[in-house]
Amino acid sequence: MSIITVGRSAVRRPEFPVAGKPIISVRGAEVSFGERTILAGIDLDIRCGEVLAIVGPNGAGKSTLVNVITADVELDAGKVFIDDEVEYSWSTRELAMRRAVLLQDIGMAFPFIVLEVVEMGRSPWAGMRESQHDDLIVAGSMSRTETVQFAARKFTSLSGGEKARVALARVLAQATPALLLDEPTAPMDIRHQELVLQQARDYASTGGAVVIIVHNLDLAGAYADRIAMLSDGSIIADGPPAEVLTADRISDVYDYPVSIVADPNTGAPLVVPVRAGRKED
Amino acid sequence: MSESTEIRDTSLRRSRRSDPSNRPAPTSRIEAVREDGGLDLGRIRGQRTARAGTLFLVLIIALIAASVLSAAIGQLFIPPLEVIGSLLGKVGLDWLPGPSHDFGEEALWQVRFPRVVMTVLVGAALAVAGAMMQGVFGNPLAEPGVVGVSSGAAVGASASILFGWSFLGAFTTPTFAFVSGLITTFIVYTVSRSGGRTEVITLVLTGVAVNAIAGAAIAYITFAAPTSAREQIVFWQMGSFNGSLWSQVGLILPLIVFGIIIAQTLAPGLDILSLGEKSARHVGINVERLRIIVMAVVALLVSAAVAFCGIIAFVGLVVPHIIRMIIGPGHRLLLPASVLGGAVLLSIADLAARTLVEFADLPIGMLTSLVGGPFFFYLIRRSRKESGGWA
Repeated sequence: MSIITVGRSAVRRPEFPVAGKPIISVRGAEVSFGERTILAGIDLDIRCGEVLAIVGPNGAGKSTLVNVITADVELDAGKVFIDDEVEYSWSTRELAMRRAVLLQDIGMAFPFIVLEVVEMGRSPWAGMRESQHDDLIVAGSMSRTETVQFAARKFTSLSGGEKARVALARVLAQATPALLLDEPTAPMDIRHQELVLQQARDYASTGGAVVIIVHNLDLAGAYADRIAMLSDGSIIADGPPAEVLTADRISDVYDYPVSIVADPNTGAPLVVPVRAGRKED
Repeated sequence: MSESTEIRDTSLRRSRRSDPSNRPAPTSRIEAVREDGGLDLGRIRGQRTARAGTLFLVLIIALIAASVLSAAIGQLFIPPLEVIGSLLGKVGLDWLPGPSHDFGEEALWQVRFPRVVMTVLVGAALAVAGAMMQGVFGNPLAEPGVVGVSSGAAVGASASILFGWSFLGAFTTPTFAFVSGLITTFIVYTVSRSGGRTEVITLVLTGVAVNAIAGAAIAYITFAAPTSAREQIVFWQMGSFNGSLWSQVGLILPLIVFGIIIAQTLAPGLDILSLGEKSARHVGINVERLRIIVMAVVALLVSAAVAFCGIIAFVGLVVPHIIRMIIGPGHRLLLPASVLGGAVLLSIADLAARTLVEFADLPIGMLTSLVGGPFFFYLIRRSRKESGGWA
């Protein structure tokens, strides 16, 4: 661990998250690749204790926004603050103690077994007092994602949905105040989609901040505290699901007519695309 | 799994309830499947450790056997027990008789032992460099040659032979090989860097370009050189342990031991790099720093290895791959196992090079390529089958 833990004493630990406090703030973020503007001035606060869903049509800039937050894309203008400090004032490791990231691309170069993959999530805490509970945290995040039964299997031999759950387990094991999930539900079946969103809710209820990119607006409507809708690189709506998910707005942004109905069980908004009925009947 | 089915049923039943006053909480709750005792960390880790332990034991025994046999077999056969006796005698133990032949002791200590030690060192260095290279590229087909260490070293060595430089005596050619290997890697790395980051694909393609230029330079030098120098250049490139000396061992030993120790400290970072460059950064690995250190260590190890013995291909490719198949890809065990595995493989290869054809010392680089080429082909086929294309 020597290379990773050089200067251990200087590492600044995150404080325990306080609900309502912004852990990540994006201010005036602008990104363009060549002539094309991807993000045109984004302001966004990601607060502890809430699930924030980022939605929007393909190419709206959702993934780029995540890349901005994780400092994987250079900003043309604007700043990102993590834990009240400008992002670049933190070391790679200090950032890893504050936010865990689940990307869409979750491949592994080598056939590590599932347990080893999840354990990698603990690496920012190596050599610190938090690492005493590594086994407990790893076991906990695996059981919460239903990955225990293939702990000894090779990651590369799993199906797409199973890989996605293992990757989620790794991110949960990192035990950071903020969690960024880029389309974690894409390869999953209904049961596991719901499971992921319920885990996100649990995470937020213990004080964590969860940012989740989803295409399924119903999931966002049912589980998110707040929805930020992106269109052409700008946030065009930011608020509680019932306010953001209106038929007019969605029809306009996605360029397809939809109607909104209430979930018979919960009253949460369900988005129903307007479809022509079959001709036969 | 039965438990999970049960839970699923309950949740479905609950959501079908029609009594509106008794509606479930916002959503039916999925309890994650909990299998009591299902996650036995100790058992899973124990299995791995046992496997690794067996492999290390086998490799150590194989290394001792190969080294003793290497020292025993040659134009003058010295029984293995006498070889061990001579070794023990050197440290003051008279348990076994030394060589019975008149020149036995001399043959062992002046010709065979330096050669055996050199082979072991070079094999270890090449294999561990290969393992690191594959780890840092996240690709099991990577080899130190990718970033031009070997071809750069060959240019330096050939140039020194062509111009007949001898200001460092017998060490002139090795020094040139070593330095130009380092410089070439440095050039490949800096050229492919942009904006403080290095894309792996750019690095590989830059390596291809630099290798091509180096190939042209070697071709020109070979063309321009007088016959005797030309012969020397050609043979240097084919690789051989013929004529290894203690003084040479003394020079490369500290470099290679240092490289192997540094490599071991990089193991945890290399593991995590397997997640992909971005994800590795997100769990706190300074990818760029790790990569620079790996490059430097690989350049050091390979330059030191080829300096005296010439180019020996495929050891760095084949050894880590076989070991990964046996004990998995974790670098904490893969790197030390590669050290042993490379030493064993090259010892056996050198023994073959000396004994396959009577009274001839075959170029060892030719032998390893002859065996490694088909193996590389098999690896390509296999990894294509596994990932369903190039992933």
